Amino acid sequence: MAFAAFGSSPAKEHKSPTKSSKIVLALLMPGLVYLGLFFFTPLFSLVVTSLEVPAASGGIGEYEYGFAWENYVTAFTTYLPQILRSFMYATIATVIALLISYPLAYFIGVKLRTRPLLQRLMLVLVIAPFFISFLLRTIAWKQIFSDGGAIMQTIYSLGLMDKSEHFLGTDAAVIFGLTYNFIPFMTLPLFTTLERFDVRLLEAGSDLYASPAKVFRKVTLPLSMPGIISGTLLVFIPIAGDYVNAGQNFLGSSKTSMIGTIVDSEFLQTQDYPIASSLSVMLMAVIVALVGLYVRSSGTDDLL
Amino acid sequence: MAIDFKPTGADLELVNVRKDFPGFTALQDMDLHIPAGEFFALLGPSGCGKTTTLRIVAGLEEPTAGQVLIGGKDVTATKPHERPVNTVFQSYALFPHMTILENVAFGLRQRKIEDPLKKAMDALNLVELGYAAERRPQQLSGGQQQRVALARALVNRPALLLLDEPLGALDLKLRRQMQIELKAIQMEVGLTFLHVTHDQEEAMDMADTVAVMNKGHIEQMGAPEALYERPKTAFVSKFLGQSNLFVGSIADSSASSLSIEVGGHKITVPKDRAEKQTGKICIGVRPEKTTFHRTNPKLGSDHVVVGPGEIIDIRFTGVSNQYLIDIPNVGEVTVFAQNVGISPVIELGEQVWVSWKVEHSFGLSDLPAGNEDE
Repeated sequence: MAFAAFGSSPAKEHKSPTKSSKIVLALLMPGLVYLGLFFFTPLFSLVVTSLEVPAASGGIGEYEYGFAWENYVTAFTTYLPQILRSFMYATIATVIALLISYPLAYFIGVKLRTRPLLQRLMLVLVIAPFFISFLLRTIAWKQIFSDGGAIMQTIYSLGLMDKSEHFLGTDAAVIFGLTYNFIPFMTLPLFTTLERFDVRLLEAGSDLYASPAKVFRKVTLPLSMPGIISGTLLVFIPIAGDYVNAGQNFLGSSKTSMIGTIVDSEFLQTQDYPIASSLSVMLMAVIVALVGLYVRSSGTDDLL
Repeated sequence: MAIDFKPTGADLELVNVRKDFPGFTALQDMDLHIPAGEFFALLGPSGCGKTTTLRIVAGLEEPTAGQVLIGGKDVTATKPHERPVNTVFQSYALFPHMTILENVAFGLRQRKIEDPLKKAMDALNLVELGYAAERRPQQLSGGQQQRVALARALVNRPALLLLDEPLGALDLKLRRQMQIELKAIQMEVGLTFLHVTHDQEEAMDMADTVAVMNKGHIEQMGAPEALYERPKTAFVSKFLGQSNLFVGSIADSSASSLSIEVGGHKITVPKDRAEKQTGKICIGVRPEKTTFHRTNPKLGSDHVVVGPGEIIDIRFTGVSNQYLIDIPNVGEVTVFAQNVGISPVIELGEQVWVSWKVEHSFGLSDLPAGNEDE
């Protein structure tokens, strides 16, 4: 899939000689077994659960096998706002992450080439947040943006916001958290692409009468596409299903719930497993469709 | 942006161009004038500043001081994309995400020239690669990529075409072929070519004028024959072909010639072929201008004779034999003898005399390294 762009160069495709397919099969076996056990089995179970009906005995969280496709209709009509919000948040956060990451990755991958030590240090800094738990970092941001925190106090005292208003719980706070948490997944694939970018092509472009802006549009940007595609996918997909940032215990409020937060509460609190499962299946289907369209339209079919 | 495109090329002038990099000076006060329509070669070893010169002309490097004029117009302050100049890069620098045809059409599209694809196709046909128009650069061989790079530059009809060692990566045979093609194309299109190379044969073969560069300045400039027959500095005499050099103080001077004495031998140079006419000077002669003799030839004053010396090395190179002769108190002298079957058969260790015509001597303006004036 698109992740092939992450690390491997698309330059040459080697025609593999047709060798003993038994060896190939043996080498593939661990991967296939893993996929079967940990991907297809849960997926199957999820689809089955999404079609279940409440058990005759009627206890909370008790369901039995059925074919209630209405679950999908219920889930869709009930949670349409959350579904739309999820994709809106994911789109905005992905775009912001790309806008921040591209110059950063360009700087690290191209400008710092002559200073490898600094380059490595910068890369470590990009990855450094991963050394602290994702939850802790998000809670830390919650504290930083709390009404009593230094930032909000400054904003209040400058009169930029009224004391009755809060930053936490808004769309902006959730999008901030999503962007922050997933930005390294954008920066790294962009870096691996730009690291290999031949800067002599920039000179060739300007030698051929293209202004710096034109050179960027006609040369740098098209050649960065593999990194942009894998970066946006790596960021967009998990954000669309994120269940932490938008949660009320973190940066969100009841007005910012995403599909992930709904699935979380349906599963763990309401224990309405069929609805939670059908939401999950829908989320997956929409993401697969969107990604397919995206990769196709970006003209990098060979990534699929 | 108004770029002035002349169909026949424009002249290039560098005035006092200087380029400092942190720690060293790549170019020192370079003055250069290349007339329109000329094939001009900058020749020199790596690090001599020839590529820096080319990059300054292209606008890819900014000179520390001085001016660059193309067609009489000062372009020093303009950006590369505003200059009527195109470069064939050493690395070819073809755009890997575009077809060959789109690569060639790139410059035309930027300048919004009508019918870019047709013109690009014509340029590809000129370099005989029309059949590869829809391929990607990665699918072509080095020689083919080089020709695409040439077409991509030529199609713009630049006032000045810059060639940065474009044949450097090709094997010898292909290089020779490309040299001939390049020269033919230059004659056909009549553009001004500035060619940078470290291959002296390539420079002499193709260029109308060759400038030999060393340590950031031009040592000597002129037609290839003139440079070869009358090198003015020790560097040029050694970089362009081979030379036998003799250093001594002037011992004798007549109306038309100067002589120095080296190890008891009188070595003479015509005055009009001597750059320096006082004190300690260096006289040289090309190895193919010399002959050796088994006995002292006792030639007149129109010849220089040194020897006897011992043959210490013989090399067979096909078209000629190279003999290395060690003459006591003079040093080693190289003699090339054409392999035409009439030279005397000679063995290692034999004693011989070496002679040449005085008119083939040349007097240098400087002394080889290690012989500087006291």
